[in-house]
Formats: sequence, C-alpha cells, structure tokens
Amino acid sequence: MITESTRIKMRELAGRYPNPRSALLPMLHLVQAEQDEVTTEGIAACAQELEITQAEVTAVATFYTMYKHSPVGKHHIGVCINTLCGLLGGDAVYDRVAERLGATHNGPSADGNFWLERIECQAACTHAPVMTVDWEFMDDVTPQSAVDVIDKLAAGEEVWSTRGPMIRDFQATEHTLAMAEDDLATIGNCVDEKMLAGLKIAKSGAQQ
Amino acid sequence: MKLTPVITEHWDDPELYTLDGYKSHGGYEALAKALTSDPDSIIATVKDSGLRGRGGAGFPTGLKWSFVPQNDGKPHYLVVNADESEPGACKDIPIMMANPHALLEGVIISSFAIRANHAFIYIRGEVPAAIRKVAFAVKQAREAGLIGKNIQGSGFDLEVTVHAGAGAYICGEETALLDSLEGYRGQPRLKPPFPAVAGLYASPTVINNVETIANIPYIIDRGVDWFRQFGTEKSPGFKVFAVSGHVQRPGIYEAPLGITMRELLDFAGGMRPGAELKFWLPGGSSVPMLTADHLDLPLTYEAMVEAGSMLGTGTPMIFDQTVSVVKAVTRWLEFYKHESCGKCTPCREGTYWITGVLEKFEHGNGTTGEMETLTTLCGQIAGRSFCALGDAAATPYPAAIKYFSDEFTAATHTSADEQFDPVASYVFSGVRA
Amino acid sequence: MTIVNHNEKIDTVNVVIDGIEMEVPKGTLVIRAAEQIGIEIPRFCDHPLLTPVAACRACLIEIDGVPKPQPACAQVLSEGMNVRTQRSSEMARIAQEGVMEFLLVNHPLDCPVCDKGGECPLQNQAMTVGRPDSRFEGEKRTFPKPINVNAEILLDRERCVSCARCTRFAEEIAGDASLELLERGAQQQVGTANDEPFDSYFSGNVVQICPVGALTSASYRFRSRPFDLVSVPTTCEHCASGCSLRTDYRRGTVTRRLAWDDPEVNEDWSCDKGRFAFAYLANGRIESPLIRENGELRSASWPEAMHFAAAGLAAAGTSAVLVGGRATVEDAYAYSKFARIVLGTDNLDFRARASSTEEAEFLAAHVAGRKLDVTYTDIETASQVLLIGFEPEDESPILFLRLRKGVKRGVSVHTVGPLYSLGSEKLSAHWVKAKAGSEAHAISGLDSEIVGALDSNSIIFVGERAAASPGALSAVSRLGSQTGARIAWVPRRAGERGALDAGAIAGLLPGGRPISDPTARSEVAQAWNIDADSLPNVGLTGTELVTAIKQGSTSALVIAGVDPSDLPNGDELIAGIENADFVVALENHHSEITQRASVVFPVAVVTEKSGSFMNWEGRSKPFSAAFREALTLTDAGVLSMLASAMNVQLNGDTRALRKELNSLVPWSGPRTDVNNHEVHAPAGTTLATWRLLIDSGVMQEGEPHLAATARPSVVAVSAAMFEQLGKPEVITVTGPKGSITLPTQVAEVSNESVWLPMNSPESHIYAQLGCGYGQAVTVKGGAA
Repeated sequence: MITESTRIKMRELAGRYPNPRSALLPMLHLVQAEQDEVTTEGIAACAQELEITQAEVTAVATFYTMYKHSPVGKHHIGVCINTLCGLLGGDAVYDRVAERLGATHNGPSADGNFWLERIECQAACTHAPVMTVDWEFMDDVTPQSAVDVIDKLAAGEEVWSTRGPMIRDFQATEHTLAMAEDDLATIGNCVDEKMLAGLKIAKSGAQQ
Repeated sequence: MKLTPVITEHWDDPELYTLDGYKSHGGYEALAKALTSDPDSIIATVKDSGLRGRGGAGFPTGLKWSFVPQNDGKPHYLVVNADESEPGACKDIPIMMANPHALLEGVIISSFAIRANHAFIYIRGEVPAAIRKVAFAVKQAREAGLIGKNIQGSGFDLEVTVHAGAGAYICGEETALLDSLEGYRGQPRLKPPFPAVAGLYASPTVINNVETIANIPYIIDRGVDWFRQFGTEKSPGFKVFAVSGHVQRPGIYEAPLGITMRELLDFAGGMRPGAELKFWLPGGSSVPMLTADHLDLPLTYEAMVEAGSMLGTGTPMIFDQTVSVVKAVTRWLEFYKHESCGKCTPCREGTYWITGVLEKFEHGNGTTGEMETLTTLCGQIAGRSFCALGDAAATPYPAAIKYFSDEFTAATHTSADEQFDPVASYVFSGVRA
Repeated sequence: MTIVNHNEKIDTVNVVIDGIEMEVPKGTLVIRAAEQIGIEIPRFCDHPLLTPVAACRACLIEIDGVPKPQPACAQVLSEGMNVRTQRSSEMARIAQEGVMEFLLVNHPLDCPVCDKGGECPLQNQAMTVGRPDSRFEGEKRTFPKPINVNAEILLDRERCVSCARCTRFAEEIAGDASLELLERGAQQQVGTANDEPFDSYFSGNVVQICPVGALTSASYRFRSRPFDLVSVPTTCEHCASGCSLRTDYRRGTVTRRLAWDDPEVNEDWSCDKGRFAFAYLANGRIESPLIRENGELRSASWPEAMHFAAAGLAAAGTSAVLVGGRATVEDAYAYSKFARIVLGTDNLDFRARASSTEEAEFLAAHVAGRKLDVTYTDIETASQVLLIGFEPEDESPILFLRLRKGVKRGVSVHTVGPLYSLGSEKLSAHWVKAKAGSEAHAISGLDSEIVGALDSNSIIFVGERAAASPGALSAVSRLGSQTGARIAWVPRRAGERGALDAGAIAGLLPGGRPISDPTARSEVAQAWNIDADSLPNVGLTGTELVTAIKQGSTSALVIAGVDPSDLPNGDELIAGIENADFVVALENHHSEITQRASVVFPVAVVTEKSGSFMNWEGRSKPFSAAFREALTLTDAGVLSMLASAMNVQLNGDTRALRKELNSLVPWSGPRTDVNNHEVHAPAGTTLATWRLLIDSGVMQEGEPHLAATARPSVVAVSAAMFEQLGKPEVITVTGPKGSITLPTQVAEVSNESVWLPMNSPESHIYAQLGCGYGQAVTVKGGAA
C-alpha cells in the first residue's frame, strides 16, 4: 500500500512544477523510498496522481537505471567500472565485493540485505576507484577497504561517506532524491585534498 | 602558466557552501550589481566576455542567451544541466559540493538576464551529496530573500527548483534533459525548434552547464576585461580542470584556458612513479584520445580541434603504459551501449554491434577483417545518429586505431589482459606516492 | 496530407530534388515532395499522419552545402534547396545502406513465419537500399514471444525496429496512451503496463502501420500470405462513418480487412469493429428461400417462394415495410419504391431502434436530401462543436478521431448528457451535465456563453439517441436557427442515412421530398413512371407503426435486417408478427423475425454485392462486390422478382437504381418545421445507456479476440450516488421487465442517472429491463 503520507508528498512534489508531470521522476524515487523498489502499486499510484496511464509511468520507470524492480535490501552498493575507475582498480574492487556479497551485477546479495551494481562514471574520477553506498561517495577504495565497509554495514556499525554524511540506507537516500533535499547538508566534510590540489599549489606560492 | 583559482578560490573555507560563508568572500555582490542593470546589458556583457559553454560543446553562452525572444508573452526558463555523467568528467559535482552558491548566484543573474522567473537545476540522481548541498544553498538563499518574490526590491521574481535525475547519461543532452524534466523518458528532441524558442513546456528555455553558470557572478563582478585577460581570443577565461588517471596527484586544478597538458601534468605531480604517459584525453570519453606528442598543445577549444580532438569537458584523463587501449576502448563502448537511449537506429544497434566485436578483441578473438568493419561501422554512426551520443560512441575506436592499431592487431590472438596485466594499472598496488 | 485548395494563393518554394526542379507549398517536407515525383526515400518511423520524429534514420539524404546527411522526414524544404537522395548521392546511398544494415542486426530472420512477409517494408527496403549480406556475426538480442498487448493484438518484440509508429499513433491519434516504449537502448521494446492492456478502439491500426511484423492480430496470425490474397476496396458496413476499407480474401473467404486511404473520411484509419468484425459474413447464412408450411419453415425453390410470397402479399390488406438500418442506398431505394408502387403503402421505416415522430419531423426538416452540409474537414476548423445524444467514440469512431484532430487545433467541444465518458475526456470536452432524458431542458437552458460562442462555423452533432429524449430534437432545431450553427445528424448504422435519402420512411419520398407535396409527388411519379395519384398518402412510422402491426391493422409485412431486441417495443413487434397474416422476411442470418416469417428470402451480404452506403455527411461511398461470382441476390433483386410475380415492373439492378435515385436531385422546396414537442422532465433516477462499440451485436459474432477487447459491462454511477447506495461492489438496476446486476464503476455521471451498456454481455437493456434511455428505473446497492 502506498501510504497517504507518501501521496501527500507526491502532491507536494507535483505542485513544485508548472506542469505536474515533471514530478514523475521524483515520485518514483519516493516510491522507492517507501517500498525499497518501484512496485506495481507504486506505478499505479503515480499514474493516479498524475492522471496518466500506468504504461506511461512504466515507460519512465524502466528507462532510468536507478529505478529497481525488485527489493534492493538495506544498502545499495555501487562500484564504478567505467574505463578509468575500472582499470585503476575498480574491477578488482568489484570482484572482491561481489564475492563477499554473493551477488551478481544489478542483483541482491545472497542474504538480500545488499544490492550490488556495476555503475557508470560517478563524476569522481579524481578519486578513482570509486564505490558508492546508498549513492554516497566512498572514494579511493581498495578491494580490502571496500569489503571492510561492507562488513561494518553488515554488522550495523556506523560508516561515514568519504565526502558526505554518515551512511543511512537506500530508502533514506531515495527520499533525499525524491524531495531533492534533506537535513544532512551541514553534516560531514565534502571538500577533500584532491579537490584542493590546485588551490593548495596556487596559495603556496610555489608556482612561478 | 600559473593556476588561477576563481571558482575554486575559497574551497579551503569549510563554510563556503553556506550563505554567510559565501558572502564573506564577496558573494552576491555581483547579483546586487546585476539587479540594478538592464537585463539586455547583462546578456551583452556575457556575449562580450566570450564565455563558451563548459558542458562540452563550447557554444558561446551570450549568443545562446540572445536567441531567447523577449517580450513574447511566454514564460522563460533557465535550466542548469548538472547531469555530469561523461566518463572522466568530475568538475560540476565538486563545484556543487564545495561552492554551490557560485552556481546559485549565477542562476539568479542568468535568469534575470533572460527574463526567466523559474529556474530548474537538474542534478543527476546518483549524487545526493551534490543535491543536498545545492538544496541547502537554495533554502538559505530563499530565507535571505535572494530567491522568491521581488528579490532585493528589484521587482524580479524567481523560483528555483532542484530536481534529481534517475540514472541516464543521455539526459545530459539538453533536449533529452528537457524531456526528462517534463517527466518523460529522456530521449532527445528534434531541432528545430531550438530550446531557446521552444524548450521546457514548449517555452523559450536556456540550458547551461554548471560551470558555465558558475562563471557568471565573477564575470559580472569583475568585468569582461578581467575575464578576457585569461585564455585566448577564441577561448577566453579559465577552466576547472579535473585531472585524473595515472598521475601523482589527481585532483582539481583551475587554470586559464591555453595552459598545456604538460603544465597541468606538472602541477599534478607528473606521472606516478615509473609510469610513462601512453595516451590521454583532454575531456571525457567522447573526445578523441591523444598521445605524448600532443602534451604541449594549448588546452583551448580551437587547438584541440586542430589536433584532431576536442576540449570537451576539459577534464583530462591520463593513462600510462600499463593500460590496454583495447580494454579501455571496449569499456567505453560498453558504457555507450548501456546509455544509448534507443531512439535512433545507428546508436542503438551500432553500439550493440561494436561493443560485441570489441569484447571479442578484449578476449583475444578479434580478426583483422573486423578491425576494418569497426572503422566502417563507426563511420555509419557518426553524423548519422539522432544526437551526439552516437557521435561520441563512434569516437574512441577510430582515435585508438590511429595511434595503437598494433594493439588491436595483437588482440586478434592475445587478450588485453594477457597483453597488459590489469594489476599493473591499479592505483592501490602500492605504486602511489 | 492536407487537401490543397487550388483557388487560394499558396506560398511556394522552388527546390531541386535529384536534379528535378519542383515548386512545392512552403512547409513541405523533403520526403513528401520526393513522393510527388515518384522518388521513394526509404523510411520506417515516418508516417504522413504522425508527427515526424526522425528516429529510424533510414531517410537520410544529402543537402547541398550541408556536410552531414539529413533526415528527409523532418527536413522542411526552403527556397533554392538542392536535395540529393540515394538516387544521386553516394553520401545518402551509403548512409541509408548503413542504417539498413544496423536495422537488421537485431532483427530476427523470422520471415518464413512472419505475417508481414510479402508485404513488409523492411523486406522491401532491405532489398532496394540494403547490402546483399550482413557483416554482423554476433548474437541477436531476443525476447520471449509473442506477448499480447491486448486480446487481439500480439507483439513479437525482437522484430520491432523502434520506429514508435504504434506508440505515437496510440498517443497522438487515438488518445490511448497505454502502449508505450519501455526499457532503453537495444532492450527498448514496445509494451504495456501490468494488468493494463492496450485498451483502444483503434488498436488494429498499429498492426497495419507497423513497418515490420512485430505487431500482428490474433485473428489473422499465421493464416495467410499476402500474395495469396485478392484485395478489393470496400466500404465499411458497421456504422455511419463511411470508412473506406480494403477487404482481402482467399478462395472465397474473407481473411482480413484493412483501413483504406480516404483523406476526406477516415484518412488512413479504421476502428477495431470495422477491421475485425466480419466472421458474420460467412457464418450461419440462410442458404435458400424458406416457406412456412404447417407451422414449420421448409426449403423452397425461388419460383415457389416467389409465388407464395406474391400471393400472400396480394391477399393481404394494409401492409408495411420495415427496412432496417443496414441496407445499402440502392436496396433502401428499392424498398422505398416497392412499398409505394407494389404495396401501395406509405407505412415504412428504416429505424429499427428507439425513434420518435419528433425525430421523423427533424429528419425531414434538417437532414433528408442534404449532402455534405457538414463534412469531416469542417470539424478540423470549427469554432465550436456541441455533442447532443451522441457519444462519438462508441457511435462513430472515425468521427471521434477527427474531433480529436480538431481539438488539437483548438476546436472546443461541449458534450450534453448524463455521462462524461472516456471519449469525452479524450476530447477535452466541457460537460453540460444533463440527466438522461432531460436533454431538451439542458439545450434550452444552455449557458449564454456557450450559446454565444455558436455561430455558422460551429457544428451541432446530434445522435440517434436524441430521439429518446422528447423535445431534444426540436430544441436542437431551435438552437440551430437561433445561432446559425450547422446541424449534423449521426445515426449508428451504416444504412440509415442512405435509407432516409432514398425515402424509406413514411412521409418522405426520395431526396427529402415530402410525400404530401404535389410538386414532390409529381417529380417522383415521373421518375418512377407512374401516375402521381397512385402514390399513397402519408403512412405510419416508428412506434405508431409497430403499434399498428401489433394491433393487426397492418396485416402484411415486408421486413429486412431488423432485430426486435434492438427496439424498445420489440415484444410488441414480435407479437404483431406472430399475429400478422403474412410476413415476408429478407435476411442473411436467422433471427427472431425469420423464425416467425411466412416466407424467408436469403439476401447478399456486402461482400457479395455492389452498392453504396451514405455516411452521416451525406457522402455516398460506392463499393463493388468482393465475390463477383456470388449467386446471392441483393434485396433490390429479390424485390424486383417479387414485384414481377405481382405483375409490377421494378428494376432490381444496382447501377440502374443508383442512377435513377441520383436523377432525383435533392429537394429544395418547402419543408415542414419540427413541431415543438412537449418537454418531459422525467422524475426519479433515469436510465442512461448506449451501445458500446464492441458489444454483443450480431455482426460481431464469431470474433472471440475482438469480443475480449470489449469494455467491461458495469453500472456507472456518480460518487455521490455511490455513497448513497452504501458503496456497493455491485448495483442492481430494475425496470418494468426485470433487473440487471453488474459491478459498480464510480464515474462522472449525473446524480440522477445510472449508466449501463445497452447490448453487452450480461446487459441487454430492452430484453432485461424493458425500458429505454431516459426512462425511470430503480437502483439499489447489492444483488437483486
């Protein structure tokens, strides 16, 4: 059941745009936030709210890769395997993580608590290889550090994003995406050494 | 040439992303200036600055703005393309994470100039870190009356909506972005009509890249002459270069356009120990690769084209001798195949086909006949597809074959991994400084 | 394609295509201009009636001065443009060849088992512009196949070339966006959502426009090869839209029907009923004349049956002729003549449905003899359209499509009635809510804003259902004269309009001539070669006629194509037939009438005869027999033989009849006005009902796939009534004869009406409820 509170949020989203249909992508994120996946009832709810057909919603829900059609579990794990990250070690990270989770690409772990995906470029190439947990950055991973993160998550321990706040879970991130905001903007550090690399040189007076 | 931090200048202030933090460094002074000017004069200023779009196409920004018909009675829209998904591109996301107000101030000024009362910032869904920072900036700006009705008593109203995508590289194509923003599948639209005339909701719309808009406050504040002191006649200004790959210090280096790759490489600490540069790309995967022979060319739009490549996003990727070009190209084509929207035949079927053949080469099972075929197929896609994604997919192989055909020939009998041990390319094998 | 008015000055541009100089109207696309000079640029996604998308890239051509090839389907010609197609440009030729090679990469080699083989644009264009072989050696992507997009339409996804013609048709033309492109890249596929089939009255069109064999129909799949088929242009016999069809047959059996191109009527489209409902043509036919002997019907020879019938009719006193609504124009004309000349009676009617005297007056005043007063093309540029007692999507689907086209261009539609239907939604219509039966009141009380917007460029469409609301038609008549808006009457059946013009109704001679008018009588008498005095005086129609039959004051009947269950007083008609002295039935299938007739003559179906149908516009659409060797006779032929057996010469030849009827030009003399009829405001809850397009109609029998696409039988009530009734899952509606219980549907319905389908599974209004549109019923939640 798509809850009434989710529907209320759906309507709020629709109201942000001159044309309500623009809220469809955020609405589908909202469905994932509530249901851990895009369910058929979620599709039906979006169709109802926007007064379009379920086929029109399904067309959108199957086009974008972030929408999943079976339960994701608690955490979504992404390992970038695009050329730069992959060749710089992302391939090894992926293999180790897949083994650890007992998962294959775009599927659940053996215990159903994680979802593993080979993801495309995360716009963090300076920090290759890159992993994401619930789409939060885990920069500069190694096979070992990646597995360590998974172990901690599995044990329910607190894990922090390398450029962001602490990890919550997949559904919480989906909520952030749906509403396009959360209250974590002031939490965690987003600017690291690599982002300051050039600035550091410029300010050091080292350049002639 | 020296590094010139402008957009990145205060990234070492951890409060920069807050309104107060941004203002402490002169933030929103440009807006105050702009709001008392005539919108057309702002368009003229941006035109005179020669600022070119930083999303990859390099189209003159002021010229794009001038295409919007004014006094037409239709709502105008500004849309920021923050969908940064090009392999190798990592400048917009950091800008939004570190200095979101530069983007936002630029949004307000740009909207004012083109008479848009509603701006949208379309951020790729895979990066909540950027989304929350931008949303926070919007919130604080709204609370301070910098967004909303009658901004700073100017009579100008502006609503800003932050919008998350859901995983589709094609939505970085401006018309596909519009369709996605309207709640449809992100497939590109026929042009004409161009977005400036009929864009979002069939109304005049300007779509600009994050970095492009982030330039605006500085141009308005410091002037055209200041801006044009950097760069070249045809490529004025500076660039947030994000250097990645087998270099000592991958990271963000803001420098004037015209700096060379060798200079940037130097700033980035050179290649990692024991490494020799094998090939590099001045932008993302959609630009043709270059070799060590091209390191001394100025990184400008025009010089890169002359060299047979393109500046693109200006986010150089550097690969050393441990990397298999066959593997690199195959992986990029797998990306294009994955991201092909499916609308047009050449890209949809062509990426499927080419990727399959390249995977054979990757496994050492290619044939010399297929090397020919691949070249022809790329020619059957480039310039024939509906949008530039097809052109981009048709780029890596022909460029690679130009400089590294031997490797492909070798791949007719030896796999990429056998030719080049993958482990040697890893940056965590302890081969880093 | 728009029809160019050559009297208006058009802006043109001068261009060159493959070296041929042309002058074309401004705005012409390269691909269309090329067609005009016989150059076919290959295409898949392009379709002249759909918005160009330039997706398939098959149509790439070279333009002088432009470095990259451009899609001809989206390229507008400008002054001086020099275009080179594959015929004269290597760039274009190679580009097209490349695209063709790509199209065949994932396309399966299904030709041996694919319906489209032999008429396939992919096959054809691969032969003309493709390579002789493919260099693709990889594995094609596959899908489980086929899947149903609805009960009638099947989809083989791997054959699909993503041209999106089907999804664009569904959304742009039909307004049924339940067929969409799903997934992305090479996995992109056409599909529907879970539990939401492609629900559209026009779904069959996607099979026809699909340029490959991805979309096929369940009723035709695997049945034939196009080169086995003989194709004949025909006119659809199901409704009054007047669509052109192409009927394909093989060895004497119709295997399929396609929409045929008529830009002025149905453009390139047909509805699913017209396309798929034709099994009745062959099934259950009456094979020979039948005579009732000792209470039982037995076969007889034609001469025996003729003598028997002639004797029976001659011996009878007053007679009447019920023509039914499905006769061709020529056959209806033959009935019209037979009644007046042979039987000497003016007791006749073609309206085998709810009708009224008011309607007869209305038709005489506004419709009979008027041709093309309002056309399909007029709809596209009308200022306003008012719909009264007319549900276009169900009752004239092609008119519905044209209304949609008009709405897209800015035409405003208002609908007056008890239910705001899905069709109304798709027309973005404004609803003038009116309880069923109170339309007269609603029309007289129309908002001044609406009335004020009506002018001579407006159209008032009024359906046959208006006859069931007393006062409605006269109100329409007044509204028309008050505002100058043009009135167009749209019956449901294909034969009604023609029958009206042929004078197959009491009081009217052909061409709208009042039978009481001396000039009219003399004109007709002359054409018929009889004495004007021998023409009868005004007879009975409609309810009065049925009553007369029941009471026995009419003792002989000639009756064709009438199903008593279509009449609100069908029981009376049956009783009358049982008591009548003599009944001659002309029919092709057995019915309750034939079961009781004295003599039955089998007559031809539309594939076995030539003739014409007149559509609601008053446009005559002639058609030739598909089966020329068929030995069945037309109604006119049978009547001619019968007349001859009664010593009267009546021509039975279709062409001769058409010529003669056309010689009687439309009446321009005085016409009687519509009388102001008493306006009843029915008390209590009234019944709203009409026939859904796909329902239990006799002519749809034998088509299970089509039947499975029918909209469900429901009782539709307003949200308020739903609450009042206690939010029941089912609702029981009771009339004088009995009840109907059906699942509830909450919809936009007047609070004082309930809606049920008139003749759908579990919902046969006249038979089960015993009352009709606009009459009082009781409603309760739950089962009976």
